[in-house]
Amino acid sequence: MITFMNNSDSEEEPCNERTSLMSAESPPVPSYQDGLQTAEAGEAQAHRKRRTGSSRSPNNIADGDMSDSGVPVRESALENEEEELTLKYGAKHVIMLFVPVTLCMIVVVATIKSVRFYTEKNGQLIYTPFSEDTPSVGQRLLNSVLNTIIMISVIVVMTVFLVLLYKYRCYKFIHGWLILSSLMLLFLFTYIYLGEVLKTYNVAMDYPTLFLVIWNFGAVGMICIHWKGPLQLQQAYLIMISALMALVFIKYLPEWSAWVILGAISIYDLMAVLCPKGPLRMLVETAQERNEPIFPALIYSSAMMWTVGMAKPDTAARGASQQTWDAAEDGGENHRSPLHADSQMPETRSPGPTRPITSFEELEEEERGVKLGLGDFIFYSVLVGKAAATASGDWNTTLACFVAILIGLCLTLLLLAVFKKALPALPISITFGLVFYFSTDNLVRPFMDTLASHQLYI
Amino acid sequence: PALFLAQHRCQQALALSCRAFFWLVSLLLSSLIWFIAVKASDPRDEPLQKGLLIFGIMFSVLLQEVFRFLYYKLLRKAIEGLVALSEDGCSPISIQQMAYVAGVGFGLMSGAFSMINLLADALGPGTVGIHGDSQLYFLTSAFMTMVLIFLHTFWGILFFHGCEHRRWWEIMAVVVMHLAVSGSTFCNPLYVGSLVPSYLLMAAAATWAYLLSGGSAQNLRRFLLCKS
Repeated sequence: MITFMNNSDSEEEPCNERTSLMSAESPPVPSYQDGLQTAEAGEAQAHRKRRTGSSRSPNNIADGDMSDSGVPVRESALENEEEELTLKYGAKHVIMLFVPVTLCMIVVVATIKSVRFYTEKNGQLIYTPFSEDTPSVGQRLLNSVLNTIIMISVIVVMTVFLVLLYKYRCYKFIHGWLILSSLMLLFLFTYIYLGEVLKTYNVAMDYPTLFLVIWNFGAVGMICIHWKGPLQLQQAYLIMISALMALVFIKYLPEWSAWVILGAISIYDLMAVLCPKGPLRMLVETAQERNEPIFPALIYSSAMMWTVGMAKPDTAARGASQQTWDAAEDGGENHRSPLHADSQMPETRSPGPTRPITSFEELEEEERGVKLGLGDFIFYSVLVGKAAATASGDWNTTLACFVAILIGLCLTLLLLAVFKKALPALPISITFGLVFYFSTDNLVRPFMDTLASHQLYI
Repeated sequence: PALFLAQHRCQQALALSCRAFFWLVSLLLSSLIWFIAVKASDPRDEPLQKGLLIFGIMFSVLLQEVFRFLYYKLLRKAIEGLVALSEDGCSPISIQQMAYVAGVGFGLMSGAFSMINLLADALGPGTVGIHGDSQLYFLTSAFMTMVLIFLHTFWGILFFHGCEHRRWWEIMAVVVMHLAVSGSTFCNPLYVGSLVPSYLLMAAAATWAYLLSGGSAQNLRRFLLCKS
């Protein structure tokens, strides 16, 4: 399988780039509108938002003091409003993220359970050179730790590279990189996936049909992701490619390495986001200084932006941003500024190998959306997929990991709403997931098995 | 208003998943205890193992109820927070709805854990009861799981109601019922000993919960006769 491994090497590069891209991607910078439209237009919108914002909350304390208030009361009223809105829409945001994460996990688990290919050991990535087929436990542990170190350093290097590219304004390069990696994913991986699924179900398909199907799928995907497209379709494509990436990881990462990598990447994420000298933080700050969206990285967006947030002429360099970039990225600094912050949801970002989670407010409340980076999807699905593939407790373990990850996500969003600043999304969920995986596999499974064999119920 | 309903649903879905998580944690802790006990004991001693299993089950039931209580406390705080922040001083979600959702979440998780491996195995080749066990295994498991899910839902309502109005006897009744149902499963495979009492208990819990939620015989009649 040398050729395949070589293939996967080159495949892996864009994939890792993707991962590191996602890790490197910072939350979108201040409001797309701010970046693109003129100042007056921006102000007009801000005013409009302010007004709509206030009209939404009947007990707006600013109402009474409108006349003499000026900015301070206004701001406090708006702060209150923001808090209310945050908490009110908190549940909605969480659910808006639950659904795609669940879908991605379902796709991954369904594939793992039915298609044998993804659970066979057929070589390893070049990034994890140490094999785990060693006789002794200590050696195996050592190998997996070394694998992890290599993998994480690759990711760090990629991230730093990306930050440098961004700093020196090599936008075309970044954009080309992104297009190349999504090309790989959409065509090559889909082809392999489709081939394996057809093999599993023993369905015959001729090459012309296959070519047609893959070509259509890939072309529409490229257009949807990098340019314009219906929101649902774009979301579906993003979920599909995350699932494909996760499947690749599940197949090619050796067992213990996978778990150690998951743990290590959460720690890295935590550090990269919260440390002052972390690459992601630097990326964010640079982007904020320049007042522009960073690059059309891949983030999952759950709502449609009312403006045509997609390809704008003056951002041709970065191609079609997804609408995701319209998130009003206030960060902490602009938060109090009446211009942007008024009725805008506090930004929460979690850059890093975890994705930026940003919420932004639009004119219509219903269209407020949340964004989550694709790397998060990938690593959550890797965890659940690994649980499905390797756990002997089968479905109980998978179910437990699934619930744990969802609750972790929910907690992260809650913290986000409370702290109102960039937070990593991976650590809590992955920690819960890992804890539940190991404990369910080793503790709960014998208990439940014994209960089931005697048909006892608790 | 539409927005309100939408967020309502979302909160319910959220509460459901939180509930499932709590159940999971309780299961985890109880199996931890059981595991330690088993490891510490002699594996060949049959009655002891059986005794440990019974102990494990009872402990798990009690732990589930404790977690139900903890969840109630959490929910209370959340609702108070929402009320404090809401526009007109009344909570967008009532504690009763939350009780129902909590019960459903609990029940779903417990049911899923009980049934899902069974279902997966049911897909595969095999014969039920070939070694002399009951042939009705799958059927009775399905019924038992169903009754347990319903029971959890009703117990949720009863429990929360008891906590709200400080009626400790209601809470005790829920705990006792749970213990009784779990205990009755010890009669398996003598299914008449476990299924019948469980269903009876479910009917009782259902009527009790219905009455507590404000229903009455008249409401029921009106509903059934499709009067407005």
